[in-house]
Amino acid sequence: MIPKDLKYTKDHEWAKLEDGKVRVGITHHAQKELGDIVFVELPEVGRAVSKGEQVATVESVKAVGEVYAPVSGEVIEKNDELESSPELVNKDPYGKGWLFVLKMGNPAELDELLDAAAYEKLVGGEG
Amino acid sequence: MGTIYELGAPGRRGTSLPPLGRPEEEILSFIPEGLRRKAPPWLPEVSQPELVRHYTRLSRMNYGVDTGFYPLGSCTMKYNPKLHEELARLPGFSGLHPLLPEEDVQGALGVLWELSQYLKGIAGMPGITLQPAAGAHGELTGMLLFKRYFEDRGELEKRRKILLPDSAHGTNPASATMAGFKVVSIPSDDRGMVDLSALKAALGEDVAGIMLTVPNTLGIFEEDILEITQLVHEAGGLCYFDGANLNAYLGRARPGDMGADVFHFNLHKTFSTPHGGGGPGAGPLAVSEPLVPYLPVPQIVRKGDRYALDWDRPKSIGRVHPYLGNFLVIVKALAYILLLGDEGLREVSAGAVLAANYLKERLKKTYKLPYDRLCKHEFVLSGAGLGEGIRTLDIAKRLIDYGFHPPTIYFPLIVKEALMIEPTETEPKEVLDAFCQAMEKIAREAKESPELLREAPHNAPVRRLDEARAVRQPILREPRT
Repeated sequence: MIPKDLKYTKDHEWAKLEDGKVRVGITHHAQKELGDIVFVELPEVGRAVSKGEQVATVESVKAVGEVYAPVSGEVIEKNDELESSPELVNKDPYGKGWLFVLKMGNPAELDELLDAAAYEKLVGGEG
Repeated sequence: MGTIYELGAPGRRGTSLPPLGRPEEEILSFIPEGLRRKAPPWLPEVSQPELVRHYTRLSRMNYGVDTGFYPLGSCTMKYNPKLHEELARLPGFSGLHPLLPEEDVQGALGVLWELSQYLKGIAGMPGITLQPAAGAHGELTGMLLFKRYFEDRGELEKRRKILLPDSAHGTNPASATMAGFKVVSIPSDDRGMVDLSALKAALGEDVAGIMLTVPNTLGIFEEDILEITQLVHEAGGLCYFDGANLNAYLGRARPGDMGADVFHFNLHKTFSTPHGGGGPGAGPLAVSEPLVPYLPVPQIVRKGDRYALDWDRPKSIGRVHPYLGNFLVIVKALAYILLLGDEGLREVSAGAVLAANYLKERLKKTYKLPYDRLCKHEFVLSGAGLGEGIRTLDIAKRLIDYGFHPPTIYFPLIVKEALMIEPTETEPKEVLDAFCQAMEKIAREAKESPELLREAPHNAPVRRLDEARAVRQPILREPRT
């Protein structure tokens, strides 16, 4: 159940290209490892981030997971619904549980990410 | 069971007070109008037997080191000798006011001074403060010392980074961040130790220092500790040692000799004062020579046979506690050191390491042990792969049914489904064996009847709690009915 149209990082973020913008979330595997998510801290809109920079935190009952920017860019949107409903990341990690949207600085960076097949290999089949 | 507010009836009292000796108006006149309550406070209205039974019932539902084995990793839940309590209750200690003048509290200052000397000796470091009220407070104080040191040298602007191994204690990054540093994580290698090449790559003129937990949270001693501290020092940085795991090498090795610049003690862990529930903690900090001028004021000094408070330390970061530290905790730590003596303290670490290795060698036959090395005071198993859909949380909850406090779980993060076990030196072999039997039985149950684990605990005062809801919708106050 790893969506074929997304790109992935080895830190278990997914990135989805939407005409020049990149939507970012954490994978099914990541939310499953974390367990019940109770709090999500998102970056402010307007913040410039570079690839690999820690931009968000996802806190579950047992751990705090750090979310890194899969590509460089500017944060132009964040999922405010997660403030009251952090469990959306558990329920729908690739859909309603998205975290933020970046306006890309360098589109070539997207090519450096893993495709679905490579990510599947990384996590051993469960996305 | 309900709270105390759900018991009793309006107007019921547990004691009878004598009538006021003066008119109520006169007493009220001492309190400015604006500060007076408009309505009486909402207090429980219960009889004395209701009150006593309620709290006795609660105390019997509690689990503590006085009721059973408590192998909570990295917390050093050792048994606390009751003599400590007796000594801390001596009226000469418990009746002191912290603002009494120096000349009236010479004995208490002597206790503080004497413990300071012992702790400096144990750390192998020349400076100390007893003020920090717990481990994380010690960490923050240590980070403030780093800051002042670099500020004094005109390097604070460029040295903004603190390096942290990914096996460090969770409070370390929080303390560094609170002090205004930026945290950079250093990965562990396949031995479970700091990856030296990653450390070398991260070191530079922008690094203020490193925070190390020694031994680390896998219970593994950093074999390259001398090289690590040398590399950091050569790059102009300082080394912070988290002393939460001192029980592993108490009296056998000294952080000062390993290159520590700041080392915090957890008196409530290593020195049994006790930890959790039984009172506050204390996190004294020992420092290396270059950091001595920055230590908090006042410093306790001895002049002849008199003790005094030295405030004249212009480079000090100031004070980090309203008074001189959590004094009665300090009394208990001194009692522990004096009761055990030199040889006894060495036996503490030997016993702690022996107990941990005994459990590790037996339990690794049943559970995965991702980092299989000689451990120090604790070790980390993985609960993964035990049975279909069984997670470490289920194992922990099932242990409660067998009368044991669960180990620390899901930490450190570098072990999947982690179970971090620290037996301490105070448990007899029969208890360690009984714990192993319970763990082995749970492993069998995970295969044969997994629902027993998934629905555990069965015998505790409460069943499986909804931890997610507790965090998402915390109810922190009794709703007034």
